[in-house]
Amino acid sequence: MNNDLILLGHGSGGRLSHQLLDELIIPVISGVAPAAQNDAALLESASGRLAFTTDSFVVDPVFFPGGTIGSLAVHGTVNDLAMMGARPLWLSVGLIIEEGFSKADLRIILEDMRKAADGAGVAIVTGDTKVVPRGKADKIFITTSGIGAVEHTLPIHGANARPGDVIVINGTLGDHGIAVMAGREGLEVGTEIQSDSAALNGLVADLLAELGPALHLLRDPTRGGVATTIKEIATQSAVDITLHEEELPINPAVRGVCAILGLDPLFVANEGKLLAFVSPEAVDTALAVMRKHPLGMNAAAIGVVENGTAGRVQMETVIGGMRAVDMLSGEQLPRIC
Amino acid sequence: MKFQDEFRDRALVQNMAANIYHMAERLQSPVNFMEVCGTHTMSIYQYGIRSLLPENVRLVSGPGCPVCVTPIGYVDKALASAADLRNIIATFGDMLRVPGSNSSLMEMRAGGADIRIVYSPLDAVALAQNNPERRVVFLGVGFETTAPTIAASILHAVQLNLNNYCVLTAHKTMPVPMDILTGDPELNIRGYLCPAHVSTVIGGNAYKPLVEKYKIPCVVTGFEPADVMQGIEMLLAQILRSESRVEIQYSRAVSWEGNPKAQAILNQVFVPCNAVWRGLGMLPGSGLAIRKEYASFDAERVLELDVPEAFENPACRCGEVLKGKLSPFDCPLFAGACTPETAVGACMVSSEGTCAAAYKYGR
Repeated sequence: MNNDLILLGHGSGGRLSHQLLDELIIPVISGVAPAAQNDAALLESASGRLAFTTDSFVVDPVFFPGGTIGSLAVHGTVNDLAMMGARPLWLSVGLIIEEGFSKADLRIILEDMRKAADGAGVAIVTGDTKVVPRGKADKIFITTSGIGAVEHTLPIHGANARPGDVIVINGTLGDHGIAVMAGREGLEVGTEIQSDSAALNGLVADLLAELGPALHLLRDPTRGGVATTIKEIATQSAVDITLHEEELPINPAVRGVCAILGLDPLFVANEGKLLAFVSPEAVDTALAVMRKHPLGMNAAAIGVVENGTAGRVQMETVIGGMRAVDMLSGEQLPRIC
Repeated sequence: MKFQDEFRDRALVQNMAANIYHMAERLQSPVNFMEVCGTHTMSIYQYGIRSLLPENVRLVSGPGCPVCVTPIGYVDKALASAADLRNIIATFGDMLRVPGSNSSLMEMRAGGADIRIVYSPLDAVALAQNNPERRVVFLGVGFETTAPTIAASILHAVQLNLNNYCVLTAHKTMPVPMDILTGDPELNIRGYLCPAHVSTVIGGNAYKPLVEKYKIPCVVTGFEPADVMQGIEMLLAQILRSESRVEIQYSRAVSWEGNPKAQAILNQVFVPCNAVWRGLGMLPGSGLAIRKEYASFDAERVLELDVPEAFENPACRCGEVLKGKLSPFDCPLFAGACTPETAVGACMVSSEGTCAAAYKYGR
């Protein structure tokens, strides 16, 4: 019997399941002694408001330049908590593994999760593992849920963009989406592009501390990219927004791949970026805070919130023309000629 | 980025805009210039070029998107070959959402058909090599830019002795529809921004017969905003001097003769044929069929594709959009019944479609 592969029996709840949990998953992922296993994690209750979120990760390929599905699953949920200005505390992890998946690869993914969780200062406190027959899932799917403490009283949410606000981003657009696409499609260009997958809670804590009430809104522009996120916010806050194309920070390699494939970096996914809507007088502080942080060296102010109430998003193009910006429709597809 | 940033320079483009305003003051009546390349259409919308032009210089989008001009009957044939689960359908991404009479490739994929997006026809040949028990049907849609690469894929399949690779072709060639549109008094086209990529293959000389016949200015123009603006300047200059000739603005990529090697490969595998264009109808000699010598790679001959007559939504006005007679914004379906998610016509879903560009960048 091949001892290197995940078998259906590893998800049966029986002896093999226990073996997998005791020997691999629990020690690697949580550092908790197997003996401490119970049906649920007991947590010391935090006083005040809590933020609670969940996200599922099905990225293909599971290993990509700059990360794995494991680190992505931690960063994604940590960032969703951070965008409410919450301090992430605890995560749960649900694994759905395809029969025949390599244990060595599973170990790499779990180690990457652990590293990401340690880096973000969050504890993985509970989890579940299922194995499905070959072909019923694609290698491995991960669901993480997270709880964070909201230790501020600011109205940081999607409806809080105000006319005059300046939109600041902590770095380049589209790195994650292009890194994954280059990995998935075996492209011969753009192989040096790394995903930006990272936990943003540290940067958010700095912004909260320095900006206080001048910080109105935080959102991470993941799927659909910056364009889709900005359009969502314009609609939710009932404001008009103007972006300045010239100010958009874009890694030249990402720009090159996008040009070749006919993609628009404005619509490409990010996993380590946040958009901060700040009062105009606080822009310089916001940029300084970001640029001091390792995840914000390429921070830039990319747009402003206008007086309108129609939810319109416009972009002043590099040549000084104006055009509309809308949400991503369907999926971005490479062009034909 | 080299060869890109130089042509997106704000000061340069603003200067050109000022010059165009200046020239336009001397026009007796408004002029319509048509671009016949989907990448131009996209670039014009993406950079907001119309917002930089005076009112009497109008840009009209023509039939420059190969996916959009593909008749529904072709899409139905592609869907029929996808319905045979022994086949793998290989296609560029643009075709995925194009509506056929009853379905689209995307819907068929969701229903279990094996449809793969490729970035190059050679990837489709590799698929055939790696799946010897299946047949790979490549959807060959495009103009002269794409056709040589598809011809090369067939020659490569010959070399590899493959008997499970074939191409369902709907190739179109460029100057012919421009002839039809120029002669249309309703459109009143006063100049062409001729396609960039297509012209790298066919060369600037290909437009000379058109210029001689209609005395219409033609400028082969690149895709970057400064290219498009300069192309417009050159067209205006010809009109103001009462001239009509072919000029090549995009001289960093296009020659008068074109690319003889690409032309040779194209002619080795393909032969001109009559072709149906969506919106324009049957245009003699405007398509490319696979030569008899390569019949075993021609999906039309290899597969028995018997599809019923195509059904086109009678409310769809893509035809008029493709001819430049209807602006997307004036189509009653635009952004209502017809969106990228619920497309009625191909112009809304192809990445180079006029309606897709107007929906994404223009509203």
